[in-house]
Amino acid sequence: MAETSPTVTLNEPGAFEPLHAEQRAQVLSRPSLSYWQDAWIRLKANRRALGSLYIIIALLLFTVVGPFVWQVDPAAQDLDQISTPPGASRAATLVGPLQPWDGSTLEPDRPGLHLAEPATTQSVRLLWDPWPEAYGYRVYRNIFPVAPGEALGLPMGDTFARDQTRFEDRLDLQPRTYYYTVVALDTYGEELDRQESLEVTPNRVITIDDALARGLIAPADDRQVGDSVRLALHPLGTDYLGRDMLARLMHGARVSLFIGIAAPFLFVLFGVVYGSTAGFLGGHVDQALMRFADFVIALPFLLFMILFKIAFGIGPGESGIMPMVVAMVVLLWPATARLVRGQILQVREEGYVSAARLLGAPTGYLVMRHMIPNTMGVILVTLTFAVPSAIFTEAFLSFIGMGVAPPTPSWGSMCNEGIKTMLTYPHELIFPALLISITVLAFNLLGDGLRDALDARMRSRE
Amino acid sequence: MWRYTVRRLIQGIITVWFIATATFFAMHSVPGDPLTQDRAVTADIRANLEAKYGLDKPLGQQYLIFLGNLTRGDFGISFTQKNREVNDIIREHFPVSATLGILAIVFAGLGGVLWGALTALYRNRLPDVVIMFLVILGISVPSFVFAALGQLALVNLNDLLGVSLLPVAGWGTVWHMLVPSLVLGLGTMAYLTRLMRSSMLEIVNADYIRTAKAKGLPPTRIFSRHQLRNAILPVITVLGPSIAAITTGGFVVELVFAIPGLGRYFVQAVQQLDYTVIMGTTVFYGAFLVLMVIVVDLLYGVVDPRVRLE
Amino acid sequence: MSQIADNQRDFTRSAGRQLLLFAVLAVSGVALLMLGLAWASGMTGAGAGLSRGVDPTTGTITAVLREEPPQLNSSMSTDQVSGMVLGHLKEGLLRYDEHNELAPGVAERWEVTATDATFWLRKDARWSDGQPVTAHDFVFAWRLALDPANASEYSFILYPILNAEAVNRGELPLESLGVEAIDDHTLHVRLARPVAYFAKLVAFSTFYPIREDFYRSTQGRYGADHDTLLYNGPFVMTRWVHGAHVRMEKNPHYWDQDRVQIRVLDFPYITSDPNAQLNLFKDGKIAYTTLTEENLNEAMVQGWHLHRFMDGSVFYIEFNHREGRVTRNHHLRKAIALALDPGELVYRVIKLPGYLPGESLFPVWLDGVERPLRQEKPANWPAANLAEARRHLELAKRELGLERIPPLVLLSGDNPISNKQSEYYQESLSRSLGIEIRIDKQIFKQRLAKMTSGDFDMVLAGWGPDYDDPLTFADLFASWNLNNRGRYNNPELDRWVRAAQNATDPRERVDAFGEIQRILIDDAVILPNYERGVVYVTDPQLRGMVRRSVGPDPDFTNVRIAGG
Repeated sequence: MAETSPTVTLNEPGAFEPLHAEQRAQVLSRPSLSYWQDAWIRLKANRRALGSLYIIIALLLFTVVGPFVWQVDPAAQDLDQISTPPGASRAATLVGPLQPWDGSTLEPDRPGLHLAEPATTQSVRLLWDPWPEAYGYRVYRNIFPVAPGEALGLPMGDTFARDQTRFEDRLDLQPRTYYYTVVALDTYGEELDRQESLEVTPNRVITIDDALARGLIAPADDRQVGDSVRLALHPLGTDYLGRDMLARLMHGARVSLFIGIAAPFLFVLFGVVYGSTAGFLGGHVDQALMRFADFVIALPFLLFMILFKIAFGIGPGESGIMPMVVAMVVLLWPATARLVRGQILQVREEGYVSAARLLGAPTGYLVMRHMIPNTMGVILVTLTFAVPSAIFTEAFLSFIGMGVAPPTPSWGSMCNEGIKTMLTYPHELIFPALLISITVLAFNLLGDGLRDALDARMRSRE
Repeated sequence: MWRYTVRRLIQGIITVWFIATATFFAMHSVPGDPLTQDRAVTADIRANLEAKYGLDKPLGQQYLIFLGNLTRGDFGISFTQKNREVNDIIREHFPVSATLGILAIVFAGLGGVLWGALTALYRNRLPDVVIMFLVILGISVPSFVFAALGQLALVNLNDLLGVSLLPVAGWGTVWHMLVPSLVLGLGTMAYLTRLMRSSMLEIVNADYIRTAKAKGLPPTRIFSRHQLRNAILPVITVLGPSIAAITTGGFVVELVFAIPGLGRYFVQAVQQLDYTVIMGTTVFYGAFLVLMVIVVDLLYGVVDPRVRLE
Repeated sequence: MSQIADNQRDFTRSAGRQLLLFAVLAVSGVALLMLGLAWASGMTGAGAGLSRGVDPTTGTITAVLREEPPQLNSSMSTDQVSGMVLGHLKEGLLRYDEHNELAPGVAERWEVTATDATFWLRKDARWSDGQPVTAHDFVFAWRLALDPANASEYSFILYPILNAEAVNRGELPLESLGVEAIDDHTLHVRLARPVAYFAKLVAFSTFYPIREDFYRSTQGRYGADHDTLLYNGPFVMTRWVHGAHVRMEKNPHYWDQDRVQIRVLDFPYITSDPNAQLNLFKDGKIAYTTLTEENLNEAMVQGWHLHRFMDGSVFYIEFNHREGRVTRNHHLRKAIALALDPGELVYRVIKLPGYLPGESLFPVWLDGVERPLRQEKPANWPAANLAEARRHLELAKRELGLERIPPLVLLSGDNPISNKQSEYYQESLSRSLGIEIRIDKQIFKQRLAKMTSGDFDMVLAGWGPDYDDPLTFADLFASWNLNNRGRYNNPELDRWVRAAQNATDPRERVDAFGEIQRILIDDAVILPNYERGVVYVTDPQLRGMVRRSVGPDPDFTNVRIAGG
């Protein structure tokens, strides 16, 4: 801004004094921006990067704050709701403990295949009349109506005598319609033609003891057998042991994000120290240090990851997170070390550094003003891009069964479990896979944004 | 040039020695050994077995014997495949992994260039949006999810068509190669597409393109001679490192598609603590990668006169 | 303005055409490359045909091998896959038929007494090169298995033969082994002790014959490839691409030709991945596949014919009984046993209909005197009882002088079922008894090493039968048995094991087994989890595939292809 000249009286002394030398001429400038302010402004302008940053913050909140909001034990097994998809009905009836069955029935005179008592998700008790041609019986269960000549479904069990005409099914009973079929067997256990079918829809029940233990009813409630209750809520469904998916995803996030962030942070840190030492000292030390880095960089990464994972070992009760982080740090630092060393060597030779040095700038100033800002960008970008690959590595190791130890959840191990049930219970794969994808994508886009924002060449560009 | 090559080769040999040593000691620090069996054996049988495989000697001596055999290129006999030499295993199974890897690289490279050029050409229009969405999927979905979904899609496709169009697993014919190598190359292809796109967009504003346009060169010539050719350069530079990632990343695809590659063998060998196979595979892969790096560096020197080999 | 836009559009259009050309070139280039690679790797490829799982025109059955057969030298092999392959390629003195009954094999007749066994070999049994199978081939094979230089891990199974143990230790020469070829077709065996089940034993693969001159001609590569093996079974191996493909064809020299109705038994896929197997079956490429719990629903959706089979093995938690371990305390073991419910494990967690909740070390399929052993000697495993469990826990704490039980280490394998199981037990015990379980998941070899050194409190263990007799389970917890990894030591149990080993009277033996079962349950030595089952699906045209608990499983020898 041009300064307005003061109004002066002509005949006053000093009216014709020359302008002071330090009087500034018209200056075109904007507020001086530091390197980081400048980068931040450019990052803010990048919508995708900014969005990614918000997603990452949301993920961190999900991880850190989530478990305090959704206070469900991720290890608690709700065996009454195994592999339940989100939004399934939760109504159940209270019953007493399951009594062993001695073959008694509520309808002794009823002929043919029938239920000895009302079917529940605890047990389905089937009774039928002996058939003269049978030497034994095989019981099938299907989720579809049985048509002649078609498959009968799951073979549930055999009996080996003509008069053994009862069968109790307790296997993973769900409140849905089942079609039971009893087939006669010959002496060798081969199936004969005679068969009989029955349609059964078990009623979902829970024992009073279990309901008390899970806190569905209070002891003071004085609930009776036959009362209905609502089972525990699982907003994202449950896994193969009836564990709450949401709680497991939150705790899994701790593991996956910890590995994904801690490992890159540590190896980048080590690489920076190593690389800058080599770069600053130069000469033979530099040569020796970098030769060693070359050795380590030549190790086939995944092979050694697996090998180290086993060699470091996971003790009883340990989660196996630390061995994985250590293995990653041991194997991955050299790339950063090389990069930083190269950067340091380059910056050291730059004209502005020489100029600063000629002007008598102290080493501390050189490091703070030139070395750090000019390498920091590269380091930050490396770090951001290292996160997705670390998360992928964890997932990959979990997939081949060498990931974290059970019962520790991680997104990778949850994906691995989910893949097996992909067809029947897709929610067990979709949620963890989605979280991995979102995280990886967010870090990638943020990395792109950072790279552009921190690129010194783009600094003065609007 | 020759001096440089020799020096690099000597460095390479030292690197392989380093890899071998690291593997040897990492492996022997694992509790248990390959001779432990499901059925417990008496001390006598155990002693016989140890003597047979030379595990009764002190570790230092075992290491020296191993190094001695290594110089002769002999990795010994597998502990789990009791009649087979590790060399045979590598010779039979590495070509499978290599075939898969080469195809995946080719798919990734060609696909990356093609899609990248297409997206740049139709910037912010439908093809760009669609392809970039797929690229985002390719970058962010773990490879094993792709592999599982790929196989599932194949089964359903065959089911739909009523004929076995493509085999869902196994190895042996041209048809077996297609889907696994596509799945393997997918991640890299997505990455290369992005790279190609940004490199194309950068070049559109380059001075020489403007000059070429001003000169009145026909658009086809500008596109192929100047734009495409210059945009490909950064893609080619990153292809080298991708080879390493793809060859060792073949594990998942080999496991899912039941392909008899070396990666699958390695995972099994680790689970069985099959010392000789672990050693053989790691050292072989290590040496292979070291050699690839040297070859790529030398090729750069030949192709690009600006790179001076010193 | 519009001219610029036109120019731009022109440029885009012509560039797009170029890209298309480029794409066409790329696709044809890739196709050529693939052909080239296929040609180059033709040597390593498996040539996995695109044939159907069941092919009536060529008489071919196609299936999956779970893993590459690790050892096809029958005197050395120990694993199940090799056992299955060998069971089709070779035949012992006796074999099991399609109803799992003992049947004549190379031997036409046999006679087993308390001290001797004699086998009369049939004259028409031939090797695949046309030469007859003789008694000498058995003598040679058995000596091979016991030769200390070969370090065969299953040599102990021959120990019932006179001097076998001493020969295996190197204390006696090979020739002193109590087996002798009286002539080409008579084999005489002297026994070290009375062995009630010796006839069943010789059906096992370690007892298969090996011909000496052929063995020597392979120069140490016997069993390494399909041409370094000689066959006397229903099939010969005609192709073996390691890790990829095993192909067997009907053996023209096999004596019992009528038994074999298919011409080719092809295994062009080697994978243990259940999803890959399921997809191959869905695609009609294989004749049968095993199903996991996760795939049962899909199987019903597909309307497949499912079968159920128990593979004969028993799984249990083994406690560590070594000095200084809290699990040495009887009441603590009792408390844990009473707090856990194998039924819940099987019905709610494992969820496969083939499985049976564990009640005893002895599986249900073992024979007693007249009826199954478990009917003659019911296990009476106590039902889960939380109040009683807590009472025992208090007693245990008092006896051990502990305020609370320290965390217990549960050693576990790395397969999916073990994972589920250990996670289930961990939560179940912490909820019911407040005992903290630390899961120690290890890869196979490490788990075995830790089991041997006793580095655990509890371990998920299991046992599959070596031969068809309760003794294969009964001696597991004898103090001298090396497979007794928890080092349980009870003179009373040892006494009953000796009684069962030395008795030949079936009733006496069954009584001894009953006593062993009682001790194991009363003292809570182990905690039975389940008897393993298998649910599998077969192609509707595949008939006569036999599943076995003991011996080659599955057995395709009698398979027929139904008209279709």
